Amino acid sequence: MSQSIIAPEEMELAYAYPASLTRAYTHYCPGCVHGIVHRLVAEVIDELGIRERAIGVAPVGCAVLIYNYINTDFVEAAHGRAPAMATGIKRVNPDNVVFTYQGDGDLAAIGTAEIIHAANRGERITTVFINNAIYGMTGGQMAPTTLQGMVTTSTPMGRNCQLAGYPIRMSEILAQTAGAVYVTREAALDLAGIRKTKRAIKRAFLAQMHGLGFASVEVLSTCPTNWGMDPWAAMQWAKENLAAYYPLDTFKITDAVKALPA
Amino acid sequence: MAVQLLKGNVAFAEAAVRYGLQAYFGYPITPQSEALEHLSGRMLQEGRVFLQAESEVAAINMVYGAACCGVRVMTSTSGPGFSLMTEGLSYIAGSEIPVVVVDMMRGGPGLGNIQPSQADYFLMTKTAGHGDFHPIVLAPASVQELIDSMGLAFALAEKYRTLVIVAGDGSLGQMMESAELPPMQPLPEQRPVWAVTGAKGREPNVITSMYLVAEHLEQVNLRLQAKLAEIRKHEVRFVESQTGDAELLLVAYGTSGRICTSVLRQARQNGLPVGLLRPQTLWPFPEQRLRELAEQVRGVLVVEMSAGQMLEDVEHAVQGRVPVRFHGRTGGMIPMVEDVLSELQALASDLGVTP
Ligand SMILES: Cc1ncc(C[n+]2csc(CCOP(=O)(O)OP(=O)(O)O)c2C)c(N)n1
Ligand code: SF4
Repeated sequence: MSQSIIAPEEMELAYAYPASLTRAYTHYCPGCVHGIVHRLVAEVIDELGIRERAIGVAPVGCAVLIYNYINTDFVEAAHGRAPAMATGIKRVNPDNVVFTYQGDGDLAAIGTAEIIHAANRGERITTVFINNAIYGMTGGQMAPTTLQGMVTTSTPMGRNCQLAGYPIRMSEILAQTAGAVYVTREAALDLAGIRKTKRAIKRAFLAQMHGLGFASVEVLSTCPTNWGMDPWAAMQWAKENLAAYYPLDTFKITDAVKALPA
Repeated sequence: MAVQLLKGNVAFAEAAVRYGLQAYFGYPITPQSEALEHLSGRMLQEGRVFLQAESEVAAINMVYGAACCGVRVMTSTSGPGFSLMTEGLSYIAGSEIPVVVVDMMRGGPGLGNIQPSQADYFLMTKTAGHGDFHPIVLAPASVQELIDSMGLAFALAEKYRTLVIVAGDGSLGQMMESAELPPMQPLPEQRPVWAVTGAKGREPNVITSMYLVAEHLEQVNLRLQAKLAEIRKHEVRFVESQTGDAELLLVAYGTSGRICTSVLRQARQNGLPVGLLRPQTLWPFPEQRLRELAEQVRGVLVVEMSAGQMLEDVEHAVQGRVPVRFHGRTGGMIPMVEDVLSELQALASDLGVTP
């Protein structure tokens, strides 16, 4: 049997570095999920061909430097205010594709009002929401999403919900707003989940590009550093515990979003 | 354009439209809500952006976002709302983005009341947010000046890439006066090169106020300070009346400035050699001119609708050369001409200034 040699230009491209991802080394801890989700966002921007139209709004949180990694125009919002800033941008630049990337302190604590009202107004923006159940950047304090009993630097005996309130399910809340057209929760904790997360992010961008309304993708993530676990153990812990409290589901999807080309 | 009878709040809102306002985001608060209401119709009529935000926190961040796109944008509010905006104002200052904010001051602190006040002077000129910066603060004293301030505010904001605050008070917002609006001006056609518009055929633009390396942030601060020094040098504005032979000087801005114009007239009728300095910019403050006048006059009377805020800047300028007295009303009270006049007469007799 003679095996023919395929010329490089005839080979099928199986992998390429996304054009929308810069070559910078990230500042994230080893095993942090932020890096994975940045890459997914960059791949989606590439696939939709919107790098030159996209404007990102960076959060305050570990992803504050996202503009060093994703190769689009960016603004840096105050803590929690990204949806308001994105609103201002989208209203004056309706032809741009505007997205926020926010952590759970940013979106579910200090910025609750801004995200709910942006969703309710049906702002044509896309939100990627990283739920790692903790404040990463400031050194591992309790987030609104911290699970009951979870030890953080501000709940040293474990979160006592009677005292500190209950973990908040933001996607379920956002889904109640009339302006939201697509609200889903995914988990970037294994390969299948990462692929699904990417599909959801793409759909959330497409919803905006078709002018349908507000779309958000919550991504269950880890913070190995502040959880005090190695990256693998953190992934397993998140699958068993985070996903149990925060069900992976699509809480809202309008017919128009369903009908979008996948 | 013809002279018309116009209410302050409507006048500045309409003036903004005519000076090319492209987007407005705001939250209702007395005594400036008529501006928001006016714009809610007018901006849509012109095919421009109007949005009522869920709070002043959201409003200023919407303004910030829109301003990052290089369009002419503003908000308007009163004290309690301005307090909420300070976080956003600091980010705007830190990232050197042109923004215009109108503050129609009301009585404070706290919820206070809705009567006119000038007690946001510190807040606007010195503490508009964390970090080292000053906005340019314009202080109109009539509806016409308020209208003209809007054009100046946009021009200065864009020229220096800075925050400009138009400082009014409840009475200026609510009063009706004859004034002339500018003609409709064309909107700017191009976006500035620094704006976020999508990185088409260029490197991405990033607008941030974060510089993690101390040396970098210090450089940013030095640049900001150099810009503020330029503004101090070129943008001081004030009106001076009858200072030529004055031995006593009234210093007052905005509504208090107007009241002092009446005081001045009566004092002069009584033969008192009085002059008036009315700052039209509170920052930069007419410090230099005031220092010169302090060499000439024998005493100064500062009049404000506050417990004495601009007073500190006056004292700083005068540097103890001559006595500085203060007459202030708070809580929404307005200084009475007779009261200021008797304060002035007391100062005159203490200093031996005679008609
Ligand atoms: C007004 C304000 N309050 C507090 C902070 C401090 N701060 C920075 S990041 C952060 C929490 C970040 O947590 P999260 O949003 O969950 O993002 P993560 O770092 O976990 O990705 C806090 C409290 C701030 N920068 N600004
Ligand atoms: S602190 Fe946590 S969220 Fe932040 S980079 Fe490290 S692992 Fe990621």
